[in-house]
This record gives sequence, structure tokens and C-alpha cells, in this order.
Amino acid sequence: MNLLAVVREAARSLGANKLRTALTMLGMVIGVAAVVLMLAVGSGAQNQVNRAVSSMGSNLLVILSGSTSTGTLRMGSGNAPTLTTGDAEAIARLPNVQAVAPTFPGGAQVAYGINNWGTQVLGVTPEYTAVRDWPVESGDAFSETDIRSSTRVALLGATVVEKLFDTEDPVGKTIRIRGQPFQVLGVLKKKGQSLDGRDQDDSVLVPITTAQSKLFGNRFPGTVRFMFVQAVSQEATSAAENDITLLLRQRHRIQPDADDDFTVRNLTQVAEAASQTARILSLMLGAIGSISLVVGGIGIMNIMLVSVTERTREIGIRMAIGARQRDVLLQFLLEALMICIVGGLVGIAIGVGGAFAVGRAMQIEVAFSAWVMAVAFAVSAATGIFFGFWPARRAASLKPVEALRYE
Amino acid sequence: MAGRFIEVENLGKVYETAAPGTPPALQSVSLAIEQGEFVAVMGPSGSGKSTFMNIIGLLDTPTSGAYRLNGRDVAGLTTDELAHVRNRVFGFVFQGFNLLKRITAGENVALPMIYSGVSGGERRRRADGLLARVGLAPYGGAMPNRLSGGQQQRVAIARALANQPQLILADEPTGNLDTQTSVEIMDLFTQLNRETGVTILLVTHENDIAQYANRLIRFKDGHVVHDGAVVHEEALP
Ligand SMILES: Nc1ncnc2c1ncn2[C@@H]1O[C@H](COP(=O)(O)OP(=O)(O)O)[C@@H](O)[C@H]1O
Ligand SMILES: [Mg+2]
Repeated sequence: MNLLAVVREAARSLGANKLRTALTMLGMVIGVAAVVLMLAVGSGAQNQVNRAVSSMGSNLLVILSGSTSTGTLRMGSGNAPTLTTGDAEAIARLPNVQAVAPTFPGGAQVAYGINNWGTQVLGVTPEYTAVRDWPVESGDAFSETDIRSSTRVALLGATVVEKLFDTEDPVGKTIRIRGQPFQVLGVLKKKGQSLDGRDQDDSVLVPITTAQSKLFGNRFPGTVRFMFVQAVSQEATSAAENDITLLLRQRHRIQPDADDDFTVRNLTQVAEAASQTARILSLMLGAIGSISLVVGGIGIMNIMLVSVTERTREIGIRMAIGARQRDVLLQFLLEALMICIVGGLVGIAIGVGGAFAVGRAMQIEVAFSAWVMAVAFAVSAATGIFFGFWPARRAASLKPVEALRYE
Repeated sequence: MAGRFIEVENLGKVYETAAPGTPPALQSVSLAIEQGEFVAVMGPSGSGKSTFMNIIGLLDTPTSGAYRLNGRDVAGLTTDELAHVRNRVFGFVFQGFNLLKRITAGENVALPMIYSGVSGGERRRRADGLLARVGLAPYGGAMPNRLSGGQQQRVAIARALANQPQLILADEPTGNLDTQTSVEIMDLFTQLNRETGVTILLVTHENDIAQYANRLIRFKDGHVVHDGAVVHEEALP
């Protein structure tokens, strides 16, 4: 019996047992598709978080005006922001601190030609782009002179560029922010989403002094809403946090038993927490996928075992009319392989397609790994081949009369 | 190839699974069968007929004694050689037909030829010829469960003939068939024996059926208790 004849015989046998073939394949498809889908969603989420984390800038602390120690941020509209540019300068001189970027944010309508867009305008110092790891892609950054003279210049985030400019190069053009003309100094590199899902590129940077004096007005001159502080290293973030707390309490003359009037957040910890959450999510989805893999495997096993009697007798008949052991084994192995290969490929296709559909529907990122597909495929295939082939192996090792008599 | 076609000497069989104390299923059976014979095997239920058939057909092995096929002791054959003999030298017809139920009658008939390396087109051509030979020419594409018992047994006979065997082993081939159909099947066996000279070894319960044979072997309690020419009823006074 030649190989081609065995392949044909195996294919014909699968075609002749459509229900069994379909159910076995279904088990295979369910297992593989679930694993591929779940892990694609999980690792997509993980990627998304990791990218947001690395887009934050490294070794960062953020200092907010007002206290959170009572549970809510005490920064009502009537209260003066407690942080000042003087605080920022003093923090910058601390040994564990690399740089400080005081920030004065506000919302504004920006316009160029007939295009109009509402966005976030951040008053910042030249340190900001370095601290946030957000380089200027084309054009120039702010200079100290821009800060000192409160010039009307702006750096545009990628989304703002997209909304205001069609094909033109924005650098050197004049846009309007709250009706005032600003010259575009440069365009910022695309940054993507933040951890809380905001589009970080939907921002315009202006000199902090310009924001305070010309754009938003400042009822409390010399104050800032918050500042980013970059520690000299990852290890230094905790020390910097302590140093800053001590320094600010001293500068703000806070009594030993009184609450801070500011809040220091260690973004490294926030990032770690977020990464941890994403990892757990990914693991949970992986676990769900694995359960489906097991369920699919049990399905495959059941179908295979249910048909053992029929198949054993079939093997008995085949041996009685002259099949050699190896003819029978090869045929059954091929049957199992064909089911597994087709089922596995269909499973992968459904998993990938499903992941894309879920990604699109839920606006989330999905990520595929050949390794995951290979493992899911291998586990299902091993189940299918084992339970398809092993009973056949046993049957083929019986005397023909025993296989024929099998109940 | 020296020696007689089939020769068994002191053949015995004790089933491993048999309850302790039960007599052997087969005991000191010695006989020979020549090419072209039509042998009926009779005996009460449990007398060892099927055991004997399975051993002769190389579906089972004896626990004692010798079995020589064309002068060669089959105990020395490898499993592949046994498969080869079952494929080329023997053809089986079972009481329960033992057709593969999920493939067509024609495919069932062609099955032994897959294992003897006959090409696909030739297999189909020969299967059609064999089906015609057993009177089922139009049924090649039918699934076995769409056929009557007699038709299924004809398909099984066609399958047994696929590789032009020297011996057809039929264990109660008419056991599941009504009288009229049994007569037709027996006529077919007789015809095959006469026309092609194929040796037939056939188990039956019924004297009427045994009448078709020209030699009768009678079993009782695992022993051969009678072995001789069939006395044809029409020859009786
Ligand atoms: N697989 C088996 N295991 C144990 N005992 C068996 C087996 N097959 C048959 N026997 C016993 O062997 C004896 C002969 O059986 P068998 O050859 O089937 O008789 P027959 O075909 O004449 O009815 C019986 O006593 C039967 O119970
Ligand atoms: Mg019997």
C-alpha cells in the first residue's frame, strides 16, 4: 500500500465520518481560537500600558497644589495654588533632583486659517520636553528668552497639527490661541495615549510666563498648578520624594502636626501599579484561554474515545482483509494529523480574526505572538493525535479476531 | 511449493480468558484440505467451529499443534506476512457481514485491493466487475445500510473475491438471512467453487446448507467427530 493511497484512505475516512470529524475539529478550533484571542487582547493591553508608561518620562514625580491627605484634593476655585515658581527653583537645587518642570495648564480654542480646534494648552518651561521625554521633532524648542519675555510662541502636538494643518509645514506659521497670534516654533514628536487613555498629542505648549500673563491670566501671580520633577535615577525617586516633602513643608512653614498643602506622587509607582494590573489582566485572559484549551481537549478526547469501539472493529475488518499494522497506524495517524492541522489553522484564523474584531469594537490594541499560537496548536494537536492514534495503536496490536469481537 | 494446501496436526486452542476448568475450545484436530474442495463445517453451538475457522484464517493463533499452509508452518510467519496471506490467499465472509458502514458498497469491495497495491482506477473497474459477478451491478454507489441483508452479504462475498483468493472462509454466512436469501447465497458459493475452483470452508448450522458442500466436518466439544463426503439427499433412496 503506497503512501498516496493511505493519504487518500485517511481523507476518505474523515469525509465518511463527517460528524466525528467536525466535532473533533470543533474542539481543536475552540481551544486554539480562545487562547489566541484571549492572549492577543491581554498582550495588546499590556503593550498599550507599557507604551503609556514609557511615554510618561522616566523617574518622574508630580507635585500638585493642595492636599490629598484628607481624601479629596483641596484645591477649590477660591483657594490659591500653593506651589510657586520659587518652590520649583528650590526643588531644582536638591541633590536627588535632575530637573523640574512647573506647569500651568488651561483649555483653549486654537485656530489656523479656517480650521479651529479645542485643545489643552500647557504653559511650561524649557525643561518640560526633556523631563517628559517629549522631543521637538521639527523646528525649535523654547529658549530662556521666550520665558523671560513671555513671547507668543508655541510647540504643537501631533494631533493639533493634524487638526489645524492639512499638508503645510506648521513651523514658522502663525496660529491663534484664544484669538491671540502665536508663532509655531516647532512640532512635538508623537507620544500616544497616556495611562488614563487621554491623547497626549492633543496639546499645545507655550512658555509658562505667556500662559500665566497673557493667555489665562493669573489671579495669584508666581504660582503654578503642578510640576513634574525628574529624579536623577530610578532609585533616587523615593529619596527625592522625601527631600521635596521636607523642603516644601519648610518653605510653606507648615507646623509639624499640620497636613501638607501639596501632594507628591511618585509616577514610577503609578507606572508599576499599572503594569502590574495589565500583567494580571493578561494572565487572567491567558487562564481563560487555557481553560478553553482544556475544554476543547476534553471534547476531542471524548469524541475520539466514543468512537473507539467502531474504530477498533474497523481496524479488525481492515486487518482481516489484509491491512498490515503499519498501514492501519499510518492511516489513523494521518487522520488525526489532518484534523489537527485543519482545526488548528481554522482556530488560529478565528482567534486572529476575533481579536481584530474585538480590538476594533472596543478600541483596544491587540498583539499576536507566534509562540502563543504554536503552543495552543501543539497542545490541541497533541491531544488530538494522542487520543486519535493511541486507541488505533492498541487496536492494531490486537489479533484481528480480538479487534473484530471488540465491544 | 511442496505440501498440501492446508494441513493441521493436533491443533488445540485454550482461550486465555476462558474460565478455569473449561475444556479446550479446540482439541487435537488433525485434517487436511485440498484446493478446490467445498467443505461444510457443522456442530452444535460452542463446539469450536468459529475457533477453528479463525485459526485457519490466520485471524487467531492456536495454543498447540501445527498448521501448514502450502507446506509452510504459519507459526513462523511475521505479522506482515500473515497480513499478506489474509490479503492475497484468503477471503472472509462473516455472519455479520462486517462491511465498513460509512463507505459505499463499491468502496468496500475495493478495500482489499488498496492493501494489495492495485491502482485506483483498476480498483474501481475490478470492484464493478465483482459486484456484477454477485448480481449487484447497479449498487456500487449504495451505502451498506441501504442494502438488504442478502445484498450486504453479496457485497461481502465480492470483497472476499477481490484479490482472487485460493480459499474463502465463511463463518455462518447465512446465519442472519432468511431461507430464500440463504439459498441464493449458497448457490453463489457453489457456482464460485465450480467455476473458479476456489476452495470454500463454510460453517453452518443447517443440514440444508451443508448439502451444497462436498465434504462435511463435524465438531463436538472441540473435537472433530466426523469428516467425510457429504451424502447428498437427492442420492438417497
Ligand atoms: N474469546 C473467547 N474467550 C473465551 N472463550 C471463548 C472465546 N471464544 C469462544 N470461546 C469458547 O470456546 C468454545 C468454542 O467456541 P466457538 O469456536 O465460538 O464455537 P462455535 O463457533 O462452534 O459456536 C466455546 O465454549 C466458547 O464459549
Ligand atoms: Mg461460531
